[in-house]
Amino acid sequence: MLREIWIVCRKDLTIEWRARVTLVQIVPTVLLVLVVFAFAFDANPTLLGAGAGGLFWVAVLFGAVLGSKRSFDIEAEGGNLDALRLGGLAPAAILWGKATALALQSMVVGVFAAAGLLVLFSVTVEDWLLIVAAGLCGTAAFAVCGALYGAMTVGLRSADTLLPLLLIPVAAPVLLAGTRAFDVALGTSADQGWSWTALLAVVLVTYIAVGWLAAGPLLEDA
Amino acid sequence: MTGSLATRVLGAVALAAVAVMAILALWISPADEVQGDAVRLMYVHVPSIWVAYGSFVLTAFASARVLWRTRSGAGGSQGVIADRQARHWDRVAGAAAELGVIFTALTLMTGSLWGKVTWGAYWQWDARLTTSVLLFVTYLGYLALRRLPAESRSRARRSAVMALIAVVNLPIVHFSVDWWRTLHQEASLELGPGGARNYTGEMYWTLLYSWATFTMVALWIGIHRYRVLRLEELAEEAALEELLAARRAEYENAGPRSTEQESNERAEQVTSR
Repeated sequence: MLREIWIVCRKDLTIEWRARVTLVQIVPTVLLVLVVFAFAFDANPTLLGAGAGGLFWVAVLFGAVLGSKRSFDIEAEGGNLDALRLGGLAPAAILWGKATALALQSMVVGVFAAAGLLVLFSVTVEDWLLIVAAGLCGTAAFAVCGALYGAMTVGLRSADTLLPLLLIPVAAPVLLAGTRAFDVALGTSADQGWSWTALLAVVLVTYIAVGWLAAGPLLEDA
Repeated sequence: MTGSLATRVLGAVALAAVAVMAILALWISPADEVQGDAVRLMYVHVPSIWVAYGSFVLTAFASARVLWRTRSGAGGSQGVIADRQARHWDRVAGAAAELGVIFTALTLMTGSLWGKVTWGAYWQWDARLTTSVLLFVTYLGYLALRRLPAESRSRARRSAVMALIAVVNLPIVHFSVDWWRTLHQEASLELGPGGARNYTGEMYWTLLYSWATFTMVALWIGIHRYRVLRLEELAEEAALEELLAARRAEYENAGPRSTEQESNERAEQVTSR
């Protein structure tokens, strides 16, 4: 199974390396979200500093929605998904391979978004370990959720508009816990940062468990 | 067309129960010492969310049955029976989810009105309110997924997975008042012996009666909705059969055509555009 997951993940990363959609399209879009938010808040440094944690997660969530859509679009074209399955790959391996590739891409997006916050919003990090732990758990949770819903909507006529509607409400717990953890790490809140990171880990494990059960029914019909 | 003797009786009883509920809630039950007459909104607000919870749990249960009945391996006559049962449970899931969405909307609306009277604002960014809206939007997404044109088995399985993911939101909504500091009051009633009650006396019994009434109304609407979904499926099947019969008749009347004739017709169509 692990070998199959690695095959799918490597395939997706190779496609990404050649097309560079994450770097050329998704990362700029995420940075644009940060800039647009700054306009919306009238470039008020106090307000932007207080909301920086939330802005990071909103921007990364938008990036994850775009990444999930892209990840399954390349399989819908020309019946690639059927080819993968006819090639003997288990549905679970396809889902987890794509989720792993998506997680790595989301982490790259997260690094750029964090750099954007540091430069544009002049925030200071007080707990780097908390930022890294919450960032890894949160982006991985977005990726698993994105892969699940990407598989659910692959090949559907209205997938473009449906995917955000399905994904964003379900990803809300990650948004909430991630924001609280980042607020603590950035020094804008005195909450329990590690408790929120633990909640992120619980949400991630829940998504993985659901994905494990749902991979078969979703990809057999895709 | 979707009515039967049982549903007509149920409908009549539900209607009468609503009338009694209105009397109990508006006249018999006293005003609250703190909330005043605004408490009367609770007799719609609280039972609505209970019915919505029940509907979403039923959706999840029916969805699990769909996945169970459509798992790989069943073939032949067993496969046909399994397919029929899967379609039945899929209709149950669809009808229940629609009810859940309607009753959640009712909960949000009555909650907003109550909030305006009590808090002075229709909306507060409170954990219970926010998670309820997320629940509502999640199931709107579920209904949108169900409405997309797709092969029925595939659509049923995708929707079933979505319903099983969405139901995870229920405990988050319900326990949000305990997990986070919220403006929203704690649960009105707690189940089990020694469970806390925010309401006592006539208020308590009116609340329970309202819940029974709402359940009856939901059951009545749900049965009709299930039957409408079945009729829609039958109409689709009949339309498909009709189309196939028309094509067969067309073919039999015209007789088999040569490939040359077909390509000539196609060429004529292209030149006439």
